[in-house]
Formats: sequence, C-alpha cells, structure tokens
Amino acid sequence: MADILMRHDFDVQGRNFDKAGEVSSEIKVILKGLGIDSKIIRRVVVVSFEAEMNVTMYADKGTIVFELTDRNILLTISDEGPGIPDIEQALQEGYSTAPDEMRELGFGFGMGLPNMKKNSDEFEIDSVVARGTTVHARIGHNA
Amino acid sequence: MQPQWRASDINSKGVSMRLDEIMELLDCELLTTDSDLSIEVTEVVATDGMSEVLAFALAGELMVTGLTNIQSIRTADIADVNAVVYCRGKRPAANVIEFAKLKQIPVFATDLVMFDICGLLYQKGLKGVS
Repeated sequence: MADILMRHDFDVQGRNFDKAGEVSSEIKVILKGLGIDSKIIRRVVVVSFEAEMNVTMYADKGTIVFELTDRNILLTISDEGPGIPDIEQALQEGYSTAPDEMRELGFGFGMGLPNMKKNSDEFEIDSVVARGTTVHARIGHNA
Repeated sequence: MQPQWRASDINSKGVSMRLDEIMELLDCELLTTDSDLSIEVTEVVATDGMSEVLAFALAGELMVTGLTNIQSIRTADIADVNAVVYCRGKRPAANVIEFAKLKQIPVFATDLVMFDICGLLYQKGLKGVS
C-alpha cells in the first residue's frame, strides 16, 4: 500500500444546491497548486463534482475524502442516502431516478455515474438500500 | 444507404473563432465586464444537461445553455470551458455573474434560441464534440 502524501476530508450537505460543487472547486485548486497535469485534474474533478451532485440530490449528508499518493489520486465519497438497488442499471447512460426538479437544475439525466466511471482508472460502488452508498475512485497521475 | 457524413468528419475541421467575433455574430451582451475577448474556441457544447458538458466538453470549448443557475458556472469551471453563452434571453442572477468573474469565465447572454445559435456557429465552421 502506497503512502498517503496528502489527505483532505470534506463534508457535503444534502439538498443544498447553492453549495453543491464547492468541495470539487476546492479539490481543483489543491490539484492546481500541486502542479498536477490539467487533463488529470479535469478527470478528478469531474468524478468529484458528479459525486458531490449525487450526494446533494439524493442524500441528507455525505463526505468526500481526497487522498494523494505518489502515483494515484483516491476519492472516497460516502453518503447516508437511499442507496442504489441495481448498480448495473444505474451505471447505464441515460438511466435516472431523478425527479423533474433535479433536471431543472441541470442534473439527473442519467450521466453522473457513467461519467464518474469513465474518468476513473478504477471505480467501485458499494451500496446498501436505505443505508447509503460509498464510491471509490482511483485516478493515476505521473507528477 | 450510406450516411453522407460521419461524426469523425464533422469534428475534424479545426476552425476557431474569437469570443469578440462570437459576441458580434450572436448579438450578445457581455455580462462579465473586463473579460478577455481575444480567447479562441474551436468546439461547442450546447445543452441544458450539465453532465453532458462534463461528459463531452473538451477544455477550451464554448458552452451554450439555457440553464442560468450557479451550477452552470460550476460546471463550466470543472469542465474548463472557455466561455458560456446563455440563450433565449435568459439572464443569470447577479451572484452567478460574480461567481463567473471570480472563476474568470467570460459569460454572454443573447436573445437567440439554442438551435439558431448552434446553426450560426456551425455555419462559421465550429463543431460539436461527441
């Protein structure tokens, strides 16, 4: 197991759409400061932002843990939300359970989880219905 | 019957436009004063779905949307798009414009609808991304 060189823990408030995305903006600033390649930064923050929006839309609260090792950026997003009954279905582009009010905010078109998976080198979802969901994403970097 | 075009052909022209040229073409109002209008864009993403921007946008694109909430600018920032055009006469709230200034993302508004904006930009050689 590689040493963790940096770790940041963030809280995400569910249902607070004004603040949704702030954590990911902060992660972007941290990565820029570290001089990480802009394409890698983009992949990390897309994963983080989609996850943050999911927590905001579906859960009462959640956390995002950002960890940096010499070769990888690790994101762990956990929420106390409704859980995902069928993960395979949820990973299909276009599948969504979001109500119209979320679509009016520009999200909930069934692209979130597929986007997160696409931008990760490793991606894993653990979910328990009525308990919550945890997503692990690893994105490699060469900095 | 073979299709007359393929997505790969459409995306391969390499034409670029400056923001001041786009502003004139689309009869835009610049909402973020002091923005650098010499920035160039080559591709366009046009949608109200922010995840589509995140899925398809390339860094340096122009984003056209009817969604004027704070998430439109957050998405533009996360996706590294070069500028945002709000269509069909929509204007974001003052805090959204301030946030765009903070993130140094030029923001425009036009009365044109999305379809016409896309048609005009396409005519000039700009392309979408898929």
